Amino acid sequence: MIEIENVRKSFGSLEVLKGIDLTVDKGEVLTVIGGSGSGKSTLLTCINGLEPINGGRIVVDGIEVHAKSTNLNKLRQKIGIVFQQFNAFPHLTVLENVTLAPRKVLGMSKAQAEEIAVRQLSHVGLGDKLGVYPTRMSGGQQQRMAIARALAMSPSYMLFDEVTSALDPMLVGEVLDTLRMLASEGMTMICVTHEMKFAREVSDRVAFFHKGVMAEIAPPAELFGAPKDPELQKFLAATH
Amino acid sequence: MFGYTFQWKQVFARLPQMLDGALVTMQIAVLSMVIGIVLAVLLTLFRQSGSRLLSGIATAWVEIARNTPALFQIYMAHFGLGSFGIHLSPYVSLLVGITFNNAGYLAENFRGALKAIPETQTRAGRSLGMSPLQAFRHIVVPQMLRIAFLPMTNQMVWAVLMTSLGVTVGMNTDLFGVTQDLNALTFRTFELFAVAAVIFYLIVKVIQTAARLIAWRLFRY
Repeated sequence: MIEIENVRKSFGSLEVLKGIDLTVDKGEVLTVIGGSGSGKSTLLTCINGLEPINGGRIVVDGIEVHAKSTNLNKLRQKIGIVFQQFNAFPHLTVLENVTLAPRKVLGMSKAQAEEIAVRQLSHVGLGDKLGVYPTRMSGGQQQRMAIARALAMSPSYMLFDEVTSALDPMLVGEVLDTLRMLASEGMTMICVTHEMKFAREVSDRVAFFHKGVMAEIAPPAELFGAPKDPELQKFLAATH
Repeated sequence: MFGYTFQWKQVFARLPQMLDGALVTMQIAVLSMVIGIVLAVLLTLFRQSGSRLLSGIATAWVEIARNTPALFQIYMAHFGLGSFGIHLSPYVSLLVGITFNNAGYLAENFRGALKAIPETQTRAGRSLGMSPLQAFRHIVVPQMLRIAFLPMTNQMVWAVLMTSLGVTVGMNTDLFGVTQDLNALTFRTFELFAVAAVIFYLIVKVIQTAARLIAWRLFRY
């Protein structure tokens, strides 16, 4: 379970999160929508401790993320994150990209790590790309590789930060299909996205962020069908 | 036409001595590179450290190494330190001077290479549970190496060519020094230095070919 309590976050004098309260249960798929600069991506990087917070607390499975005593390297093993820019490691093949962390962080043998990597890569449809360097692949393939890379650590939670935003429209579908598959398998997921149709289909709940505040949160039918917040109404009218 | 008769035979007879000199030249170049790389890594870390003292030392080093003649640097190692009672042999002076020069240039190359790797690469590594050191070692360093590899090859070539400056501090066992001594002995000036130049050229070609092979083997992406 991810518990977010009154989380505040500023970059300099700019407050990007103004007291967020949110709980994500095991097996839940939460999508976060909202305009640029609404703080939704920042929240994800706070959840796995990549960004420090200025107030409140985030607790993942009983462990407070930003407590001094928390071993972030250990905590991050259970929170996978995939970024908008795929961040493939260009000097490693697809297989090596996925086996690196299991080998170096979890101390797996090469054979063991490769077995898991091959399974995850096949799962996302890249079983035939093992020896290829990421730069030779399309954005959609690189993004699916990044998903497999995160999954190879067997995380309990997956965070997706606008993972289709940098993709050619033709390639968005294959990545969203991968996310749908994970959702249907019961993975706990928080997806920051601009894909409204996707949010409507896969989410258990949808949260709308506006100017650092979570303005509304509800099951998709309710949030899209009968939005209460005036900003959300505007947002949906603009994106329909 | 100039009343000069070429006498190659005399020179070829001395070829083994010159090749021995070439070995010493190679030895100095390799040593100065190995130590230079270690120092350059330290200088790069100094500059990243945030400490004003350390980054000041590193910046001064890089500035002097890159903006003054290599000959000056070798002179300082020999005669400059000599003024303070620290007397280095010609061999050590030459090695110190070239190493100083290498470290300065390489540190600058490493800094550039480091800058060329986006912060998001480290972030991606950290998000997979890697420690800062693990992310640096497995993600940043291999990519840095590729960027810095060609400049490193160039520096190695420079190191070989810079050994010729050793003659000014009394070095006489390297290729240039041996040639100089043979010249004093035989006065076959043109022939001797022409042969020395060919040997220098061949050494450099070998280094460049080896570097190309290593790069081809190492950097497949």
